[in-house]
Amino acid sequence: MTEIPEAVRLVWLAAALPLLGFLANGALSLFRPAARRAVTAIGVGTVAAAFAVSVLVAAGLAGSGAHEPVVLTYWSWIPAGDLVLNLAFQVDQLSVVMLLVVTGVGALIHVFSIGYMGEDPGYARYFAYLNLFIFFMLVLVLGSNFPVMFVGWEGVGLCSYLLIGFWFEDKANANAGKKAFIMNRIGDAGFLIAMFLIFRSLGTLEFTEVFRLAPVSFEVGGTLITLITLALFLGCTGKSAQIPLYTWLPDAMAGPTPVSALIHAATMVTAGVYLVARANVLFAMAPISSAVVAGIGALTALFAATIALKQWDIKKVIAYSTVSQLGYMFLGVGVGAYVSGIFHLVTHAFFKALMFLAAGNVIYALHQAYHATHRHEDAQDLRNMGGLHRYMPWTAALMWIGGLANIGLPPFSGFFSKDSILAAAFARGHDAPIFYVFWALGTVGAVFTALYITRLLIYTFHGPNRTGEAERQHLREAPPVMTGPLVILGLGSVFAGVLNLPHVLPAAGWLEHWLEPVTSLGAVFLPEFHLTAGTEWGLLALATAIAVAGIAAAWRLLKPEALVPARQAVPERGIERVLANKYYVDEIYDALIVRPLIWFSERVLWRTVDALLIDGVAVNGMARLTRLFGWIGSRLQTGQVGTYVVLFVLGTLVLLRVMAG
Amino acid sequence: MLLGPSLAVSAILFSLGVAGVLLRRNAIVIFMCVELMLNAVNLSFIALAQQLGPQGQVIVFFVMAVAAAEAAVGLAIILAIYRHKQTVDIQNINLLRG
Repeated sequence: MTEIPEAVRLVWLAAALPLLGFLANGALSLFRPAARRAVTAIGVGTVAAAFAVSVLVAAGLAGSGAHEPVVLTYWSWIPAGDLVLNLAFQVDQLSVVMLLVVTGVGALIHVFSIGYMGEDPGYARYFAYLNLFIFFMLVLVLGSNFPVMFVGWEGVGLCSYLLIGFWFEDKANANAGKKAFIMNRIGDAGFLIAMFLIFRSLGTLEFTEVFRLAPVSFEVGGTLITLITLALFLGCTGKSAQIPLYTWLPDAMAGPTPVSALIHAATMVTAGVYLVARANVLFAMAPISSAVVAGIGALTALFAATIALKQWDIKKVIAYSTVSQLGYMFLGVGVGAYVSGIFHLVTHAFFKALMFLAAGNVIYALHQAYHATHRHEDAQDLRNMGGLHRYMPWTAALMWIGGLANIGLPPFSGFFSKDSILAAAFARGHDAPIFYVFWALGTVGAVFTALYITRLLIYTFHGPNRTGEAERQHLREAPPVMTGPLVILGLGSVFAGVLNLPHVLPAAGWLEHWLEPVTSLGAVFLPEFHLTAGTEWGLLALATAIAVAGIAAAWRLLKPEALVPARQAVPERGIERVLANKYYVDEIYDALIVRPLIWFSERVLWRTVDALLIDGVAVNGMARLTRLFGWIGSRLQTGQVGTYVVLFVLGTLVLLRVMAG
Repeated sequence: MLLGPSLAVSAILFSLGVAGVLLRRNAIVIFMCVELMLNAVNLSFIALAQQLGPQGQVIVFFVMAVAAAEAAVGLAIILAIYRHKQTVDIQNINLLRG
């Protein structure tokens, strides 16, 4: 064991600071909710400090050149017989990448929130939740065993629930929070089952131990490892909004926009991708599960992209885009390109957070405008926007950058990350043709991505303005505290691609090299990815062509001049209507699962089992039975002394007979 | 000495007492029958004490003392019942009927 660098030992601070921020802001929100300056200083300061610590940790790890993960054990959490669980953090190349993304993007979004949430009465409560989220997210990515990770996993779910329902006075928001929480529970059941199976078969839950023992204990492609990985992936579909558990994410847009950017785009929803990359040995040993991961990912990528084509709510478009991009990440980790998945996770964190925050600026501007004229219109509906680039040039430029990165136009970061995923899927197709299908799904999804992003940008920023005559005077660019973080995210969206350039370019594969200590565990079970330089150039050209063609097609086909404000719009028809209604998946789930469940709960569990059987037969029945015996017994009590005496004498005689033997 | 006849008289007296308690209705008579039973038992004790030693006689004194106390309490109860109900016929007293 090599010496642990001092800087790496600091990692506990990165998690402790936001926790401290949560405690302080929580106390302030209860006792001094008006102390905005203190809340701002604590909320933003702790996360910014956590980012500084993360940079130190990353530098320390890079400087030490350690190939083994550094496990820092703080205390024994659950010592119970054979099971010994420590509260321990694991610092390795993968967790450091996540650490930087979470605290870095998190700090920027905290800064943005100062402006966006500035006038909200729940300001202190908001920052308390946001700090708590950062804490749990760091526990998730730093935990050195499955249960500690699960604590973070559940914790971020809790914060997600609290922040989706942040404006809980509106029942729809509270319902959206509940929906997210309940759908995540379904996935969490899978995570738990996977943990049970791992402990049962390996007797440990520590990452290092599990990944060391798995290759010798499991047979490649065996039933057990397939079950474990599928159960883990069920957890991922819940947390990372994949088919079939994705429907909570678009509804989660009910929360404040910075929350959508931080939790529902950049960090929490990518936890599933992180989990698969973390457990890459297990997934690499289970080819069927990996194919399922890739297939579900590719399907989700395409499916969500088509829905995004016809959404009118600006945040819903970006939400479905997030679901779709998460699908690409799973396609990446499913084909075994764990680096590509994580790479896309990083670039996506930049450009999707940028998109959301820019959308936040737009919503903020429209909201202020409608507020000034006391009109009640939907500040999130694309049909109420248009031409906004004249009023908010910074936001427009930055959102275009985020959008182009999302589309995957070179040289923006999304181009490299998405292409590396699709290239890996294509390369795997050589061994297993099914991956060609997944590649095709992803490629078609990329076409739709270009279409819906361009549509979003055109309808928001170009063409005539549809906000309203009086409101137009009040449209303003957002304050610097809100545009500032966007500029940094914009730089990330443009340049993050250099982290992992394709092999045919110079200085390629930096992230691949960095993550090698983590991914080399699973790499032994995977076939070598092999693409000729020609194929790779071809794929790059195809991706570029798709992006350009998609943008051009959207630019030519869409007529922002023909749009009317949301209030005067006519409902869509045919396939457009199906898309606008998200394929009616919510309605189908409602009819197939929710309503039968409610019916079963009410008719069977409540009225039959509880009211009739438990209350009626068991509880009241027992009371009635006791009363019956009491009544029978009371018949003996005639009150006649004579009767008592006769019985007494008879009893005595019986006793005498018995005692005499 | 005369153990058998003594025990026989005792048994007869006890049976009379039991029969009286069971069959009579007047609380005073029932009470007297109880006393009769007690004394029947006393007779057995005395008779057996001849052979088994003086413990039996000691017990008899205890029984007499208890019987005296019982007589005081019992008569007081009967008196109280009479004041309340103007009768000592036990068939008319059924306050404890279930």
